[in-house]
Amino acid sequence: MPRAVVPRPRETTARKLSVFLSKHARVRLALLLSAPLFWLGLVYIAALAALLVTALWTVDSFTGKISQTWTLDNIVTVLSGSLYQAVTLRTVGVALLVTLIDVLVALPIAFYMAKVASPRAQRLLVIAVLMPLWASYLVKAYAWRSVLSQGGIFEWLVKPFGGESPGYGLPATIITLSYLWLPYVILPIYAGLERVPNSLLEASSDLGAKTGRTLRSIMLPMLWPAIIAGSIFSFSLSLGDYITVNIVGGANQLLGNLVFTNVGAANNLPLAAAIALIPIAIMIVYLTAARRTGALDNL
Amino acid sequence: MRLSRIARVTLGTVAGVILALVYLPLMVVLVNSFSTSTNLTWPPPGFTLEWWGRAFRNAGALEAIATSTQVAVVATAISLLLGTLVSLALQRHSFFGRDAVSLLVILPIALPGIVTGIALNNAFRTILDVRLGLLTIIVAHATFCIVTVFNNVVARLRRMGTSLEEASADLGAGVWTTFRLVTFPQLRSALLAGGLLAFALSFDEIIVTTFTAGSGVTTLPIWILDNLFRPNQAPIVNVIAVVLVLVSIVPIYFAQRLAGAEQLQK
Repeated sequence: MPRAVVPRPRETTARKLSVFLSKHARVRLALLLSAPLFWLGLVYIAALAALLVTALWTVDSFTGKISQTWTLDNIVTVLSGSLYQAVTLRTVGVALLVTLIDVLVALPIAFYMAKVASPRAQRLLVIAVLMPLWASYLVKAYAWRSVLSQGGIFEWLVKPFGGESPGYGLPATIITLSYLWLPYVILPIYAGLERVPNSLLEASSDLGAKTGRTLRSIMLPMLWPAIIAGSIFSFSLSLGDYITVNIVGGANQLLGNLVFTNVGAANNLPLAAAIALIPIAIMIVYLTAARRTGALDNL
Repeated sequence: MRLSRIARVTLGTVAGVILALVYLPLMVVLVNSFSTSTNLTWPPPGFTLEWWGRAFRNAGALEAIATSTQVAVVATAISLLLGTLVSLALQRHSFFGRDAVSLLVILPIALPGIVTGIALNNAFRTILDVRLGLLTIIVAHATFCIVTVFNNVVARLRRMGTSLEEASADLGAGVWTTFRLVTFPQLRSALLAGGLLAFALSFDEIIVTTFTAGSGVTTLPIWILDNLFRPNQAPIVNVIAVVLVLVSIVPIYFAQRLAGAEQLQK
């Protein structure tokens, strides 16, 4: 029997390097990781660390410059000030509500996309969900300002039924934020649903489970990480927003507004950094809890 | 689980209503771009093409679009490279601190934009002492865009498995050849999807951009924020938003078609 002859590759430098790399997995790993870690470590972690250090400094009230005297004053102010407590509660409340609304709205449409629609309709629906992401965030927030304004389309639509527009305020902020982050929640949930094999669902019903039972006992446990993954987006994006609340929120302030005014108008970066610790701490708690569900692999 | 006809129809209706609600504000933007009223009165008192004509001659808007495109292209390219590298490292190797690295990739998008914004602003100005401008925006955007590429590529690598790559190595292909002929072609549509999201994210970002742009550079979102509340400019902003949504159909469609074609091959 003639044996296939594998031609011997020429011993070029690239070939030698390739042989070396395929024998040394650690070197391969180091090469893969060095650039991303250099970037994220140098740009991001260093910047975050520097910000945290700034929170321990103060601003000289005469010159307006940062003086590097170590103090816990800013942290104490933020932790004990009733303004900060109230705004924190309000912000977390808004972020939780936005997340809840987005998940509740995303579930049926993602389910329809993944499990009911034909492949062709599925593709069109993904396009339909992705497209609004390209209309500017600001334009969409402004469109809601227009929709909810006095004499706007919302009032025009509900007036015949005796309803009225909520006007500008926290409800408008929650509606607008839910609207803005909805695609970011639909996409991971849709991807999660696609990964739930139909055969499992069929097996469940063959074994006698009703639809509700199958959804609860088979679908939900498998989908849970994807839901948490989607919620990370809506929660964190809401937590730091200050522009939407300026556009549709009336006089209400969220944490983002407090940080923004202290960086800009008040020129007090140390205090702004101290306030920024609140959303950082909240997100770290949220991410730690999310990691246990395996959600971070589902973003 | 077999959904009854009623359940299917109900789900379809709910999905339809949600989509209608998603597109309602966009319709308002579309209609307002033709409205003769500059202060959002509903229903519009009359229709005009004036804003469409003026939008295409508006130098500020066109320049801002060019700036944003430049930033988004470079930031996307950087995030494609770094995102692919870190995905290969995390998905094809196990090592100490793997979880920490994946958290590090997610962190820039999981922490609120304003935190990222002031942290980078502070670092650029006081530590690195660089002037804020195009370069600092690109660095900032690339940082939070890595995660969209990472997500798509990691999911694809997980689904691909390693058997094809191993077969390629067994047949004598080196590391480079295997990547070029086996790994990369399978990653292509994931890279396209991740890259598109990264581009969209960068193109539309306003909060981090505000803090890293300095005074000389105007990206499109910054231009929009400057002009949104000016009565004579707001309708032009609407025109630009409509054009962006329409233009975005093309890349999204091709990304979907590529993904669909790959699914059929399996």
